[in-house]
Amino acid sequence: MPSKPLTLRILDIVSVIVLGISAYIALFVAPTELVMGDVQRVFYFHIGTAWTALLGFILAAGFSVIYLITKNLLWDRLQVAAIEVSLVFFLITIVLGSIWARPAWNTWWTWDPRLTTAAVTELIYIAYFMLRQGIDDPDRRARFGAVYALIGGLSAPITFFAIRLFRTIHPVVISGSNPEAEGAFSMTPDMRTAFFFALFAFTVVFIDLFWNRIRLGELQDKVEQLKLKVTM
Amino acid sequence: MFFQETTPDTSGYMIAGYTIAFVVMGLYVLSIYLRNRNLSQDMTILEEMDKSNAESEAGSANQRRKSPQSQGTK
Repeated sequence: MPSKPLTLRILDIVSVIVLGISAYIALFVAPTELVMGDVQRVFYFHIGTAWTALLGFILAAGFSVIYLITKNLLWDRLQVAAIEVSLVFFLITIVLGSIWARPAWNTWWTWDPRLTTAAVTELIYIAYFMLRQGIDDPDRRARFGAVYALIGGLSAPITFFAIRLFRTIHPVVISGSNPEAEGAFSMTPDMRTAFFFALFAFTVVFIDLFWNRIRLGELQDKVEQLKLKVTM
Repeated sequence: MFFQETTPDTSGYMIAGYTIAFVVMGLYVLSIYLRNRNLSQDMTILEEMDKSNAESEAGSANQRRKSPQSQGTK
């Protein structure tokens, strides 16, 4: 395996720095929300991880289309990488949401449309990896994975629009005015800074992890090919 | 919670949230590192096996080429 490119090494360092700055702004610069208190600060990471995760799932659906057209395994690697990183980020989104919900809604979990669609999305992509593990032939695995990721990709916009389409208690932060939402708040300029910086930071971290995961996929494919060659 | 007069102390939840976020991300980075290391080790072993296979194949091919000559000299 060739050593890491310099750009990726720099990106690794930049990711750690921007994530640290984002946490600092969220914890120390953004003001404390008066009604919810400090727990509101998890909102910055909650949105940052949700944004990148949903974007990753949609990207993966795009890579699936390209794979199905070209049959080039490179697109399969990109798809797997995008889904794996997004799955981790979306898990963080769900856990942070649950932690926020406990003091705000007085419950860790409720079967609200947004929470339900988010849980279904996470489960769809866990099942994606179980499906892939059950198929040995690389081409067949990539084809099945692409079709699955393409259909599964629909769950990302459904999750995003769930709070805009259905009656829900989940607050709509961006251009939302849901009267039934519980825990909604309006952002001060410092809160906006923390919010947008978190979006930026998680985008950088996502790109970094995505790149690293693509390289891992390349190595996995090389090992798989060499295994076949040696055993034949 | 929404009929209170003072801001509630929910810092425990905040600390738990940030801790979990960083731990999950840290574990994922660790998993990428460990998988990469294990695959690199596999790659090295497989390359050695492939090399020795190629050498033994070349050796047996040479022997096959030599054996009709040695039979002829007898």
